[in-house]
Amino acid sequence: MVWATGAALAAVLFFTIVLLGVVVVNAAAVFWPEAVGLVTFEDGSRVLGVRLDSAVNPDTGVRTVRFKTGNRELDPARLDFHWYEADQIREIAYPEDVFVLERLENGNFYGFLEAVRAPNLDLPETGDSGEGFRWALAAARAKQAARIVPLTDQLSSLSDRLQSVRHAVLRAEYEKKRVLAGAPAGATARLDARLADLAEQEHELKAQSDALVVEQQGQEAELGQNAAVFRTGSGATVEIPLVEIVRHYRPNAMGFGQKVAHYFSKVGELLTENPRESNTEGGLFPAIFGTVMLVFLMAVSCFPLGVLAGIYLGEYAKEGPLVRTVRIAVNNLAGIPSIVYGIFGLGFFVYGIGGLIDLWFFPERTANNMPTFGTGGILWASLTLGLLTVPVVIVSTEEALRTIPRGLREGSYALGATRFQTLVRVLLPMASPGMMTGFILAMARAAGEVAPLMITGVVKLAPDLPVDGAFPYFHPDRKFMHLGFHIYDIGFQSPNVEASKPMVYVTTMLLLVIVLSMSSLAIWLRSRMRRQFHSRTI
Amino acid sequence: MQSIPQPAIRKPFMDEPNASPAPNAARPVLTKAARSADQGPCTVADPIVRAEHLYLYYGESEALTDITMDFPRNQVTALIGPSGCGKSTYLRCLNRMNDLIDAVRTAGSIRVDGQDVLDPSIDVIELRRRVGMVFQKATPFPKSIYENVAYGLRIAGISSRNTLDETVERSLKRAALWDEVKDRLQESALGLSGGQHQRLCIARAIAVNPEIILMDEPCSALDPRSTTRIEDLIAELRGEYTIIIVTHNMQQAARVSDHTAFLYEGVLVEFGPTKQVFTNPVKKETEDYITGRFG
Repeated sequence: MVWATGAALAAVLFFTIVLLGVVVVNAAAVFWPEAVGLVTFEDGSRVLGVRLDSAVNPDTGVRTVRFKTGNRELDPARLDFHWYEADQIREIAYPEDVFVLERLENGNFYGFLEAVRAPNLDLPETGDSGEGFRWALAAARAKQAARIVPLTDQLSSLSDRLQSVRHAVLRAEYEKKRVLAGAPAGATARLDARLADLAEQEHELKAQSDALVVEQQGQEAELGQNAAVFRTGSGATVEIPLVEIVRHYRPNAMGFGQKVAHYFSKVGELLTENPRESNTEGGLFPAIFGTVMLVFLMAVSCFPLGVLAGIYLGEYAKEGPLVRTVRIAVNNLAGIPSIVYGIFGLGFFVYGIGGLIDLWFFPERTANNMPTFGTGGILWASLTLGLLTVPVVIVSTEEALRTIPRGLREGSYALGATRFQTLVRVLLPMASPGMMTGFILAMARAAGEVAPLMITGVVKLAPDLPVDGAFPYFHPDRKFMHLGFHIYDIGFQSPNVEASKPMVYVTTMLLLVIVLSMSSLAIWLRSRMRRQFHSRTI
Repeated sequence: MQSIPQPAIRKPFMDEPNASPAPNAARPVLTKAARSADQGPCTVADPIVRAEHLYLYYGESEALTDITMDFPRNQVTALIGPSGCGKSTYLRCLNRMNDLIDAVRTAGSIRVDGQDVLDPSIDVIELRRRVGMVFQKATPFPKSIYENVAYGLRIAGISSRNTLDETVERSLKRAALWDEVKDRLQESALGLSGGQHQRLCIARAIAVNPEIILMDEPCSALDPRSTTRIEDLIAELRGEYTIIIVTHNMQQAARVSDHTAFLYEGVLVEFGPTKQVFTNPVKKETEDYITGRFG
């Protein structure tokens, strides 16, 4: 028996460690700058690429090697990963002057710097093309920040104003329709005037916005003329606009320290930037934010509810068939598949409550098929998750109250305490570690759930965070991004599976880290409480 | 005779095997009616508590039968009797702790200074402030020593720092615990020893200034040295508080109490001055029990 139990434990440990190990090893390596090789084939052709892995074709016995070759837009099939037969490769060199460019589009570029063409950037003369390139890049970015970014900001605020004017138009039209239905003619005069006023506003804003767009496009075109000329491994020359370049480095020339710096700079980008290129590049900040906020809202909604219900069941409810049935029901609630909760959340929160809110407060938008709360959003998703996790909190609260020795209650009652005073001053503090346990379980489960979110408001790419600087600052109706969904999306819905693989590992690792750190925080809090409320004597 | 450790949560009417029955003890076989009819006068001159024709039912079974007795003011009264005889239940009637058990019903009356405490309409909170209680198993709250003693005051709505400080100090001194804990009042009460826990619970009870302190086998979980300290404490508190103590320990009853009541199977068999009950009991059952022939 001791062998069977030990072996079972060992098996569980093994699988856990393998799972974590695969994620950690793969995710940790993603940002390390790999050397870029210049591959020369037997037929004399050349290509630049990072050697990844190799495999033997079981039918032909030929060994092939996979390279990440980048330069997607130049490839006839638009692929950036290629398999080459190993015996076709004559040699692989690692020249120091290979550049890796991370770009806004089309993934990485590998090539040698030839020249910088910056017709409208004011650049000092320099003999070194590498230095010239850095100068030009810095100048281009400065110009972009000075000329284009303010235009973008203006456009975005114009578009917000346009949006609110359009909502006002909808409302006025809606009111006009209602008035027309039952009132004498002439009552609509005020509304007509308002509509005309709004139309004028809309027209003006539109004109302003159009002008800005033209100006922005002009600026972008002008800035886009500034480019760097690169030569690919096969010898073709490519002109790459400077503003397209997000990051550049020369991995073959980097020392260990530089590589470490690069690594952490990439980690920083991951944690703070928005995603690029269908989420396969760039950062994960919106998804991290969405995940943490979702769990936070979930906790705020489910914890009080669960604790109160648990207190009622444990302290006030009179034991009987009804209470026993309720208890069994609560326990079973915890076992319902999460997708069922998702569907319930969609029907009850989104269409039910959200639909009602829309009907009461935004009838004009609903009439035009523009739901505000009647569509998925972070509030509904977190309430759905709250519903999913509340049974765990109820059960653990009740358990925690039940395990408190009766002597403590009697000791409190004997001093003239009321039931409520006993509950608040003695029982709840003592039960808090147990309640924390339930909370930890609930949180860990909520942070990892994806299925119910997919139908209650998670999206692949959310243009705005649920919290921002626009009034009223917190937008519970907004859709959001989530790390768990991100894994599913980029891992299984992406057209370019190879390119998104590193990001899948990184996202998985990040989700694990977030869940573990939230749980560790809660566990630490619990152990502090335990030390305070329990000792050998109780 | 020895004290018998028992679980803190007693279901007093379950049949338990008697702790150490003498092998050849002739068990007195008396009908309940016969015994209660046999009862002598159980009244004193200046009672603080007077129970009259008290019956208590636990579900269907009768746990206390027609108990009529007085507890003298500012004296120590001991309740003795074998396990399951109903003495703890009786004690818990005096501050309505039995309310916490659903199946308990009572009949008759218990008057504390003339007020019937079994009346459902009385303020139980007020009653429990007047009638404090110390349990067999010390139950310090998971709070600091200071907050444990101040608990009763705080829940009564007293928050003046001075009052609390004074009361905590006075109560701890009264419970002979002050010198041991005065330097660590803010430390957790759970760090104290078993004997200190029980004295802390006594201090906690004293802090709300009750008239009566009920003690339900307060020493049964303690070592002899701690027991002595608690007994000394009872002797000191005597005269200021009315103390009613349930004990399994005959010597303890004889040492600390002024009056002793002997209960057997829910019936008050004998009540009188301790000296008389122990040296010259009226009833044969009392004598048998005290001399260890049964129970």
